[in-house]
Amino acid sequence: MRAIAVFLLCLGLMTDTFGWEVRGAASLEERYFPHESTVVSWQWNSSLALTAEVLHDWNDRNDLFTFVPYVRLDEHDSERTQVDIRELSWVHVEPNWESRVGVRKVFWGVTEGRHLVDIVNQTDFVDQIDEEEKFGQPMINFSTVTDWGIFDVYALIGFRERTFPGEEGRPRLPIPIDADASVYESAAEDHRIDFAARWQLYLGDWQIAISHFSGTSRDPLFVSNVTAELAAVLLTTGAFPATFEPKLTPLYNVIDQTGLELQYLYDGWLLKLEAISRSGQKDRYHAADVGFEYTQSGILGTSLDVGWILEYLWESREPIDASPFDQDWLFGARLALNDAAGSELLLGLLYDPHTEEKVFNLESSRRLNNEIRVSLEARFYADTGTAPQAKVIILGNLKNEPFAKPLSVYSTEDLVQATITYYF
Amino acid sequence: MRIIFHIFTLLVIASNSTSAADKAVHGLEIANEADARYSGFGDSRATMKMVLISKAGDQDVRELRVDTLEGKGKDNGDKSLIVFDLPRDVRGTALLTWSYKQQDDDQWLYLPALRRVKTITSNNKSGPFMGSEFSFEDMSPQEVEKYTYKYLRDEACGELTCFVYERFPVDENSGYTKQVVWMDNQEYRVQKIDFYDRKKTLMKTLSVSGYALYSNRFWRAAKMEMVNHETGKRTELHWNDYQFGNGFADADFTRNSLQRAR
Repeated sequence: MRAIAVFLLCLGLMTDTFGWEVRGAASLEERYFPHESTVVSWQWNSSLALTAEVLHDWNDRNDLFTFVPYVRLDEHDSERTQVDIRELSWVHVEPNWESRVGVRKVFWGVTEGRHLVDIVNQTDFVDQIDEEEKFGQPMINFSTVTDWGIFDVYALIGFRERTFPGEEGRPRLPIPIDADASVYESAAEDHRIDFAARWQLYLGDWQIAISHFSGTSRDPLFVSNVTAELAAVLLTTGAFPATFEPKLTPLYNVIDQTGLELQYLYDGWLLKLEAISRSGQKDRYHAADVGFEYTQSGILGTSLDVGWILEYLWESREPIDASPFDQDWLFGARLALNDAAGSELLLGLLYDPHTEEKVFNLESSRRLNNEIRVSLEARFYADTGTAPQAKVIILGNLKNEPFAKPLSVYSTEDLVQATITYYF
Repeated sequence: MRIIFHIFTLLVIASNSTSAADKAVHGLEIANEADARYSGFGDSRATMKMVLISKAGDQDVRELRVDTLEGKGKDNGDKSLIVFDLPRDVRGTALLTWSYKQQDDDQWLYLPALRRVKTITSNNKSGPFMGSEFSFEDMSPQEVEKYTYKYLRDEACGELTCFVYERFPVDENSGYTKQVVWMDNQEYRVQKIDFYDRKKTLMKTLSVSGYALYSNRFWRAAKMEMVNHETGKRTELHWNDYQFGNGFADADFTRNSLQRAR
């Protein structure tokens, strides 16, 4: 509560004293997990979030200042409760280039299923389940617009660790992740300066972008707390010592990732491709997300728009190392009613034909008035089997045996989420 | 006698077809003159309040800012950047349009929450703009080349005299088969447009009023009202704070500037 009071006080000072513009949003969220967890006891969770945008510009809008503080209070998960600076930056604009200095968010990519190419910002993994909530990244970025496209170069100063649900958090893995004990490949740990560059060109109906990132991986690998001695015992007997509590620790390697984005626009069709090649986390691997979105406008003489999404997600990694979305289809339908309430509905199905696992996603929202929007989201896992115990996960990893059902770790974590947001 | 009769019918047909061509030429001449009078403004900035009125009289208000850069050269139409202020949940969302005279417009939408620029496909022209009775097509710059024309007649419109002409969208993705335009013959300003949908029935009527002269040269309307005859819903656009000579350049209408439009 004190954080919020300080937050509001600061905002008040900003507007009253300096005449800057402040925009904000406060949201109340309720989550329900239909299944009992094997680890924590609760199924309902309330949470409150408050964010603001403090904006100022001068020099005829050629200098822009942005400050975005963020506060979340969560009923159960201490890792989800946070006070953070999502953005604190100064943008300076010259006729053909601009510099952007400070904590910022940058989005790269075109596809809907996975954001493979998008790598500048760390994901806030506990705030929202869609992996689209990002932490600010301290950076110096130069961007120039030329006849041959837009060129961006970035120096990324320092690193933010990915957040994971705490001991009382959900949705969660059956095995705890000790994010406080993260291990870095770089001796500079989270003070390393990373580099990135991107070139994007729009040529008629084509959009192409090529990017490269060299630095600490935003998504970590995990190492278990099994020692070499214990591993030898486990591989022969399979029996864990009574006092042993399995857990995973994030390992942040230094990687090089080259990304390609392609998009072709034809009438109502958007053909999309994102592909990456990454080295530095075990063997070099490749991953891609390719597909299309087709928009039908004014269905049956109404103002309803429907966007159909079909994408194929693929990874070259061995199953033991791959993400659960290494050979999956995404089917999606995006409905926009185009009514005064701005009602929207997004339905998605991720389907793995080899494991038969399915993830159903729903996102819907509408305005109640000009200041309030309500949303309902849900995620359900189907045909994922039963959630394995932590020790089974550890043993499987030691024996190099990939799960028949990689998503089984989430099978108890179906989720329904309702949010009401007030914008001011 | 028979031969004379044939010649007579041929003459009638010939004069009819000349007359149809004349009407097309005259319609195009009016559109070209209107375009000539409209052009030369360079750039403009304005704010717009949009009032959505339901059949029952309930009102919803949207507010947006519109920057426009006049197109240069024979292919490029105007560029526009629209930033939303109200409703609050879409505040900071921005729409960049590069219009062309002979091809589909390019459009990009900036979603501030995700810091993401998304390409908008071009077949949603007929879709409603922000839930209003104006479609994306109605809101995009009106280039002469986007239609073919047919002059109908001159008739009184209020205290003015109007050219009445039909225009037919070239683009097959247009939501309309025909528009009937009333344009005053003094200053070539649109006074009224009837929109006919794909079923060729009268769907909407636009009424434009409150014209004011800026920089001694450019007429801009203060109010546009679109009535949907099928649903009984209306949308009013109230234009304010028109400014010309802002010194905008192409660099102010790039995807980089879209991301900092806020």
